[in-house]
Amino acid sequence: MSVIALAGNQNSGKTTLYNKLTGSNQHVGNFPGVTIEKKEGQLKKHKDISIVDLPGIYSLSPYTMEEVVTRDFLLKKKPDLILNIVDATNIERNLYLTLQLMELSIPMVIALNMMDEVTASGNSIDVKKLSSHLGIPVVPISASKDEGIPELIDIVIRSIKENSSPKKHDFCFGEVHKAIHSISHLIADQAENAGYPPRFAATKLVEGDEPTFKSLEITENQKHIIEHVVKDMEEALETDREAALADMRYCYIEKICSESVVKKQETKEQQRSEKFDKILTHKYFGIPIFLGIMFFVFWMTFSVIGAPLQEFLEVVITAFTETISNALIRIGVSDWVYSLVINGIFVGVGSVLSFLPIIVVLFLFLSLLEDSGYMARVAFLMDKLLRKIGLSGRSFVPMLIGFGCSVPAIMATRTLASERDRKMTIVLTPFMSCSAKLPIYGMITVAFFPDNAALVMIGLYATGIVVAVLSGLLLKNTIFKGEPVPFVMELPAYRIPSRKSVLIHMWGKAKDFIQKAFTIIFLASIVIWFLQGFNWSFDMVEDSSKSMLAYIGSMVSPIFKPLGFNDWRASTALITGLTAKEAVVSTLSVLTGAVTDVQLSEVLFKIFTPLSAFAFLVFVLLYMPCVAAFAATKRELGSLRYAVLTALYQTVTAYAVGTLVYQIGSLFSGG
Amino acid sequence: MTLDNIKPGQSGVISSIGGQGLLRRRLLDMGLTPNTCVKVRKVAPMGDPIELSLRSYVLTIRKDEAAKIELKEVFDV
Repeated sequence: MSVIALAGNQNSGKTTLYNKLTGSNQHVGNFPGVTIEKKEGQLKKHKDISIVDLPGIYSLSPYTMEEVVTRDFLLKKKPDLILNIVDATNIERNLYLTLQLMELSIPMVIALNMMDEVTASGNSIDVKKLSSHLGIPVVPISASKDEGIPELIDIVIRSIKENSSPKKHDFCFGEVHKAIHSISHLIADQAENAGYPPRFAATKLVEGDEPTFKSLEITENQKHIIEHVVKDMEEALETDREAALADMRYCYIEKICSESVVKKQETKEQQRSEKFDKILTHKYFGIPIFLGIMFFVFWMTFSVIGAPLQEFLEVVITAFTETISNALIRIGVSDWVYSLVINGIFVGVGSVLSFLPIIVVLFLFLSLLEDSGYMARVAFLMDKLLRKIGLSGRSFVPMLIGFGCSVPAIMATRTLASERDRKMTIVLTPFMSCSAKLPIYGMITVAFFPDNAALVMIGLYATGIVVAVLSGLLLKNTIFKGEPVPFVMELPAYRIPSRKSVLIHMWGKAKDFIQKAFTIIFLASIVIWFLQGFNWSFDMVEDSSKSMLAYIGSMVSPIFKPLGFNDWRASTALITGLTAKEAVVSTLSVLTGAVTDVQLSEVLFKIFTPLSAFAFLVFVLLYMPCVAAFAATKRELGSLRYAVLTALYQTVTAYAVGTLVYQIGSLFSGG
Repeated sequence: MTLDNIKPGQSGVISSIGGQGLLRRRLLDMGLTPNTCVKVRKVAPMGDPIELSLRSYVLTIRKDEAAKIELKEVFDV
């Protein structure tokens, strides 16, 4: 079995090429210990060759998680070949990574992507010359137009067989050259022992790369010599070690490009992008257009396409449930088995599964926005706003999606480049009031605030946003302190998204979600069903007010006294709300035994005062999200412990704000 | 003169990159090295960040970061 590592810059068409090479036959997982996606698949028609899609990176420095993961993979797993994808329209910056990859002494092939765009604009790249300069095979391709792929595969297979690593390392000259070579001799043995290619190790030591110092077990004495050599170099060049190396690489790149690249003008795509940006990131129109686009996406997802599909799926699920129900009755299973299957599993899993259409549709739009290049512009537009709470512009989109549903919102944090931003966004997003909470607001406002319904609703949404902002400030200055990741981001040229990539992306999300529905939600449904349907002697109860859940509810209910309500029905509803927020409404209806809305209002007035009803809503708004969102949190944070801590944080916040609302409110209303 | 001080439409040639650690490294890796010509294309609607064009691609950085980039020549192209 041979392994190919696919490496390249972000926006270089890496995913498109990967999909072309593997088809939909791919396995998505995480790199060990981090939530960075690791995709692995088999090369089409070559079952003995697997391709690992590495994160899109610009350099092999150890600063971002993506870079560390890529480095570790290449150094420790030693793939048989590195397939380096290079964006031909942006060749200088792309070759910067290439030069670093070449030092790893692993056989390499360059796929020079988007060559069609280069030639269509009257520019040209002399592929043969480029290849001989670098000493690596270079294959011109267009991943999106499917050009050059068979040739690329042929050359990749041949290169794996030949197994010859890049020989050319002398892209350094003068002082840097001297430094790298003298250090290379000094540490050659240690590098071999640590499994580092000597040349790569020497360059990294000159750069001052801490992980390399550690891995090679550089002695104090050696360190002294290295620092001395570096100091001489810095003095001679009148610059520091990092700048010297970056400068050396770019100078070499400029030299080979001057001999092999003819650029008369910007490509058509680049010119087109500049025109689009004149409107889409316009000083006055940019933000309104963005809000318009988001409104359109929401409207399409939650009402035009998503809602009918969801209704349709609910009909299908109901029909399926009935069929199974009839079958169970026919074969005469015992009551508890019937109840477990129908009331427990089918109702629980079914209600979550019915979200599937919304998730799929939302991700269709999101991947269109992402793949077209617009998402980077959103970050550009919104960065200043989010920066105040310690995030960057990229976090804006997941937060907006949070108003629809926290599950896809949390899943969408995958697009955030920084681990810190991602974690913080995951913690804050559920404060954006999701659409499943609307029925609860509706029920309570109809009973208590019929004249001020809109005001209460707006107040709740605003409370969510304010709490998120304050939480952001708090987290920024406590847990997520430390150096924020700088906002240095490429704005890629706008491109028409590839249909295949979008479909594969959607299918991946759908698969994820279905998997979750049948694992964690399946189990959670059974647990809730059990607590709701049985008493402490494990006998089934007809009346859920005698169940374990009701008992737990009445145990919990005094806790809510500071929020102004102390009723087992309210606390039980909050517990069942963990399965799905809509369950708060159904539980309250069931437990109060109310049949009509008028009856329900009457009972609700016995449980709440208007003020405590509002405190209850604030608690509902802010406390931990439903199991589906919790499962998404766990998956994206990559740890159950952190997911539990997040849920605790949200619930404690909800409790604190709810108490504040009630206590301060009581001062004014006199209790 | 630093990069945050020039107007959209103006270009400059980099003389040095200040700052340290991750940020500085990132700027260097993205091709903001001495003697590179950079054009400021745009400022975001809320006044920050800014949009640059260099080495035939488009990059966005915040003004704080741009303030660390020292220019030696500035011209209107």
